[in-house]
Amino acid sequence: MVLERSRTSVIPTVAGAPGGPVGAPSTVPELIANPAGSVTIALAQFYPRLGDVAANLAAHLTTIEGAAAARAGLVVFPELSLTGYFLKDQVPEVALTIDSSEVGALRDASREGGIDIVAGLILESDEHRFHNAALYISGGDVVHVHRKVYLPTYGLFDEQRYVAAGDRFRAFDAPLGARADHRWRAGILICEDLWHPSAPALLARQGVDLIICPSASPGRGQLQGEAVGTASSYDVMTRTYAQLFTTYVLYCNRSGFEDGVGFWGGSRVVDPVGAVVAEVRGAQESVLLHSLERSAIRRARVAYPLLRDERNDVNDAETDRLRRRHARG
Amino acid sequence: MSTTPRPIDSDADTLAVDAPFVIELLRGFIADGVRKVGFERVIVGLSGGVDSSLVTALAVSSLGTDNVIAVFMPYRSSDPQSQIDALAVCESVGISAEIVDITPQVDTYFDRFPDADRTRRGNKMARERMSILYDHSMAERALVLGTSNKTELLLGYGTLFGDMASALNPIGDLYKTQVYALARALRLPQSVLTKAPSADLWVGQSDEDELGMRYAVVDQVLHLLVDERRSRAEVIGLGFDAAEVDGIVARVRGSQYKRRPPVIAKLSNRTIDREFRYPRDWGR
Repeated sequence: MVLERSRTSVIPTVAGAPGGPVGAPSTVPELIANPAGSVTIALAQFYPRLGDVAANLAAHLTTIEGAAAARAGLVVFPELSLTGYFLKDQVPEVALTIDSSEVGALRDASREGGIDIVAGLILESDEHRFHNAALYISGGDVVHVHRKVYLPTYGLFDEQRYVAAGDRFRAFDAPLGARADHRWRAGILICEDLWHPSAPALLARQGVDLIICPSASPGRGQLQGEAVGTASSYDVMTRTYAQLFTTYVLYCNRSGFEDGVGFWGGSRVVDPVGAVVAEVRGAQESVLLHSLERSAIRRARVAYPLLRDERNDVNDAETDRLRRRHARG
Repeated sequence: MSTTPRPIDSDADTLAVDAPFVIELLRGFIADGVRKVGFERVIVGLSGGVDSSLVTALAVSSLGTDNVIAVFMPYRSSDPQSQIDALAVCESVGISAEIVDITPQVDTYFDRFPDADRTRRGNKMARERMSILYDHSMAERALVLGTSNKTELLLGYGTLFGDMASALNPIGDLYKTQVYALARALRLPQSVLTKAPSADLWVGQSDEDELGMRYAVVDQVLHLLVDERRSRAEVIGLGFDAAEVDGIVARVRGSQYKRRPPVIAKLSNRTIDREFRYPRDWGR
């Protein structure tokens, strides 16, 4: 069995220069030993420069290069990692299309580095709708697009004013940089999507092994410490979903401040029995490397055959009944 | 002063703060907010009271002694203890204070308006201090840090374009009792922690006398109304005095204008701050 210590590594990145995001690892990443059936992933806890796509893209490319050098099969960036979060009227100004040169640069990086990339952006549709989206890019192609379904518009959030909602939760095959010797099914949930348990449940029903959650979670309710603030909600959700759906959960939050609001970081890997197996402690920019083990999923599902026992027929029947009743008014 | 000097206890209830965690967050807030707009230094109007003392200590902790300028700006009627406390704070954090006496400029002005009451005089002093801070801000390339706490901001207990003016305010989301908790955690000089809160705009002025309420009560009521969004009736049902609750509600409503930018007459399709909405950190 591979030692726990060799499965995780945190690379602190250079502290942000004034206003400037710095994604470059300051040290040469430690290589993680990958036994058969395992693959290294990287969570890039990144501080995007608000509204500056060019600077953020450059930082992405540097981080991708570092993660590829550490032989990671996947590097995950936070929600809206190419643009920053509280964009307001900048949304149409920073929006990218799927065939933009910026997305092209990420596609090239995935092909050249042999590494898959999850990056966040404002994605403009042909109808000029703007979505808060995350792309899964592998081998030079965008293999999956998730458009955030649940757009928080309460408290300090105002997303429905600026962006359009997605309408699906779909699983996909994640090549993990072609480094995996087993098929991995993945799904993406962006930040607020996680607050609706039907979302991970729908992904679980599609057989995911991996829930990837890019996030831009602002700290609030923190006066009595992290343990009672937003971080504790994500702690509960990521551990609960991982355990109930016997999947890995990759939670990648951002760091930095926008208009005085601090993002609390805390990016983490939760294993399929709900244990936090790797975590960035704090909000500083860093790249978390961890080796996912296929065998951990198998062990979890042997011990807890919850997915085998899931009564989708009951769920469907009850949902149909409720839908009919709703249709009758 | 009619109120007995005593520390305000905030450890008992919902107003409790995890001081080390919040201090760390505020250190990051200050460093980030200053550097991302191309500055390295900050300037604080230090009065010797707990709010500006805490902000000074947080700033030094965040940016280092070389990057914090504390300006003490007394008027001839200022309590001598204020200067003693301000200098003690500076000594405790390892910086020196610049002293700018505002008496000449204030007195010269009011020689022309001798009938001005003490509120007018107090407001004028607050605005003179603001203008000195912003002048030094330009000269020293140092960003002005705000020192208004959440209690004052909600009650409107401050001078518009005076002490309420700043570029960055690290303590504007902390009630007065929480400010004390952080000040204790940072081990500010004892006198700063125990003297009765005062704007020190005239002899014997006391915040709590002027407000007619104790901060310990005001903060609890504000927390219930603002943070927990309880109704007036609910707050009174919890045992708070109805007249005091009504007084607080009236103050918060009545001072809303102080917390907003000036009103712009709507004419075009895209009016600033109505349809023209950009973050302050636009491109930062």
